[in-house]
Amino acid sequence: MFYRESGDFKTSYLQDQQIFPILQDRVFVAVVIAFAFLVVPFLINDYWEKSVLLPVLIWSLAAIGLNILTGYCGQVSLGTGGFMAVGAYASYKFTTAFPELNLFIVVLLSGGVTAMVGILFGLPSLRIKGFYLAVATLASQFFLVWLFNKVPWFYNYSASGQINAPERLIAGIAITGPNAPPWATYLFCLIFVVVFALVAKNLTRGRFGRSWMAIRDMDIAAEIIGVAPLKAKLSAFCISSFYIGIAGALFFLVYLGAVEPTEAFGIDKSFLVLFMIIIGGLGSILGSFIGAAFMFLMPVLIKNILVNGVGWSPDIVAHLILMIVGGLIMFFLIVEPHGLAQLWRVAKEKLRLWPFPH
Amino acid sequence: MQDTVKEDDILLEVRNISLSFGGVKALENISFDIRKGEVRAIIGPNGAGKSSMLNVINGFYHPQEGEIWFDGKLRHHMKPHQVAKLGIARTFQNIALFKGMSTLDNLMTGRYIKMHANLFSQMAWIGPAQREEIEHRQKVEEIIDFLKIQSIRKTPVGKLPYGMQKRVELGRALAAESKLLLLDEPMAGMNLEEKEDMCRFVLDVNEQFGTTIALIEHDMGVVMDISNRVVVLDYGKKLADGSPDEVRNNEEVIDAYLGVSHD
Repeated sequence: MFYRESGDFKTSYLQDQQIFPILQDRVFVAVVIAFAFLVVPFLINDYWEKSVLLPVLIWSLAAIGLNILTGYCGQVSLGTGGFMAVGAYASYKFTTAFPELNLFIVVLLSGGVTAMVGILFGLPSLRIKGFYLAVATLASQFFLVWLFNKVPWFYNYSASGQINAPERLIAGIAITGPNAPPWATYLFCLIFVVVFALVAKNLTRGRFGRSWMAIRDMDIAAEIIGVAPLKAKLSAFCISSFYIGIAGALFFLVYLGAVEPTEAFGIDKSFLVLFMIIIGGLGSILGSFIGAAFMFLMPVLIKNILVNGVGWSPDIVAHLILMIVGGLIMFFLIVEPHGLAQLWRVAKEKLRLWPFPH
Repeated sequence: MQDTVKEDDILLEVRNISLSFGGVKALENISFDIRKGEVRAIIGPNGAGKSSMLNVINGFYHPQEGEIWFDGKLRHHMKPHQVAKLGIARTFQNIALFKGMSTLDNLMTGRYIKMHANLFSQMAWIGPAQREEIEHRQKVEEIIDFLKIQSIRKTPVGKLPYGMQKRVELGRALAAESKLLLLDEPMAGMNLEEKEDMCRFVLDVNEQFGTTIALIEHDMGVVMDISNRVVVLDYGKKLADGSPDEVRNNEEVIDAYLGVSHD
């Protein structure tokens, strides 16, 4: 009822071009961010950190990355898992080669390395489109995982073939390793997610975003306008991979701590992120968050309700979760093919005029 | 070889263009020019090569023979996005809008070549990126006012009716502030009222902004009324070139349109 757009007039283009043009939205987002930074670190415990907050934050970042490429630029990619592995291994190599290097810089550099790899594997997109491109990116998924298994240099010749995150401190507080306190790892990830979500929003509403969407919607017309397809597609691959690389680095350094590439960054991860953005909404930053939360938290929620609430045995519930989540995905895609973010947008349109629609 | 008196007046000149796809000759030895500030019509029956001619000018097709001179310079092998930077904008026969974007975003995309803010300033949305965005928004709003599409500013273009989509597409081409505007059947599929509106816009663009216009159109009434000079193509060859009256009375043109008995 208090969600009213009417009466909120814009008198300059600057005001009209805000990310959240509606006052209530701005207040809400500010409150959520303040809560996440100022309150959650004091409440967080090990369970919430490892089972809910960290994975949702990290998957959101990966989903934003893929959304830039697939949702905004229209290039389907199934190489997300492989690119996350690049980010993870790059961060491992950087932090073991230069132990003194600040962890923020390590993660950013890993994103940079992944961006370069992304450009390389984005080259086929100049020639092929749609499903064929998806198959070409599938090759990158398998090649990269194979590479990290095959070449011992990447895992520093360790006997197990795994990589382990060594303990690294920022301002005397452990961020990685077994002694890292939950609030520190959480804040570390949160900073990346908040900053880069804002950056993604800025990019997608500006000149770059429009060139990507132009390529997605009508590539011939985009060219006539002066958008060079080479530049638009490769910049989308570059920036998308940068995000996915950062997500991969965080996934390894902060969340898992120890990684075996076939298991941690397999093809199922590529599909998971793709499903996240399809469910959440292609071409929407908010959708990336909703999709990541939905795909990751729904199984946790159902498990908690059925095992702890109803009291069924965990192995039955494990099977039921697959069925229920699958059913929910189908339900939401039938109700709203454009994803949960679109559902929210429609609700907002309705609320503008509610309760007097005529 | 050319009469040098008029050299400055000519914006675009195609000389002896020949284009073929395998054995099919789409264009054969076509030459004509477009003078600065005029409305030039390209007409001809279906399959005459009109759209191919526009595609050659745009850089989508590369002719096997011939030269294209734009603004006094010989143009070499160019990609479409490079041609756009020279100052040639275009609309399409079948609407080619960015369907997922709003009218405003479509027009802003039209100004892509005029915007230069770098990646980092865009990421932070401060400094040049923000200034540029507002500056170009003003220009786009002028075009929105000109075309009277204020009410659909934020509507996704996929939801708009056909006539409006055509108008937004014209707006997107105008947003580039080009020297030469190519319109591929801007009035196709429109009713009389929409056609009259579109004619008015085309003439206003020509007079107010001084944009040179080349258009393909099938409605002879429209062509004869709004164009200064007409070139007629048929089966990839040039049949006639001149003022609307000259073309109207040309024997070959009448034959091409009405058919001629071969006995």
